[in-house]
Amino acid sequence: MHTRRELIAQAAAVAGLAATAGMLPSVAQAAWSQAAFDAKTMADAVKALGGSAPAESKDVTLTSPDIAENGAVVPLSCACALPGVKRLALLVEKNPNALAAVFDISDAVESNVATRVKMGQSSNVFAVAMMADGRVLFAQKEVKVTLGGCGG
Amino acid sequence: MTDPMRIRAQAAGDKTTVRVLMSHEMETGQRKDSAGKTVPAWFIQEVSASHNGKPVLSAQWGPAVSKNPFLQFTIKGAKAGDKIVVSWVDNKGEARTDEATVS
Repeated sequence: MHTRRELIAQAAAVAGLAATAGMLPSVAQAAWSQAAFDAKTMADAVKALGGSAPAESKDVTLTSPDIAENGAVVPLSCACALPGVKRLALLVEKNPNALAAVFDISDAVESNVATRVKMGQSSNVFAVAMMADGRVLFAQKEVKVTLGGCGG
Repeated sequence: MTDPMRIRAQAAGDKTTVRVLMSHEMETGQRKDSAGKTVPAWFIQEVSASHNGKPVLSAQWGPAVSKNPFLQFTIKGAKAGDKIVVSWVDNKGEARTDEATVS
């Protein structure tokens, strides 16, 4: 377990370096986290965003349909009941790149955002909340997709 | 060439729900056209929102966000007449900013 975590951390660090050095193509904005959006799994994406190992929590709520008829438009919303949320992220496990969106939450907004994402196939969806005290909490839910969203 | 965003901000008590509908293709870079060539990725990367000039929310998006993206968030303490400004930047460097008034 430890070696795997270290490996992931190293991979994320290398990817982060490559992104900041402008070695990867299509880095248009510096603030956009290329490494996080290239990550294939939730753990990698959270690492790339600078978070610790995520823990499942019932304080994070993920609202999504159980069955999405059209994978191109799957409404997702995530919320966190605890105070001190810095970031909320939405991820789709089986998409080519897991991370769909990251929201930086300030004190002036509630930790509750909603958007719509594409899903290539039925998969688990994660809502991740990164807290100000460094904890990373997540909730997951399975969404079945009848029609894929990648032009298939 | 980009169409304006549709922004609706409605105050209820001390909270204001802001709903934004952007007009964008959101190409993933995974699709192929009829000639078998990959359609290059073209998607909104960064979104930011401010309330009366003060930034309240920013977001980074990947290509997995749906075409013509929808975004909903809630601002604490905004009242009718306040100004909400939302802007985005896509991976080709195109940007758009639109504003709305809380009702």
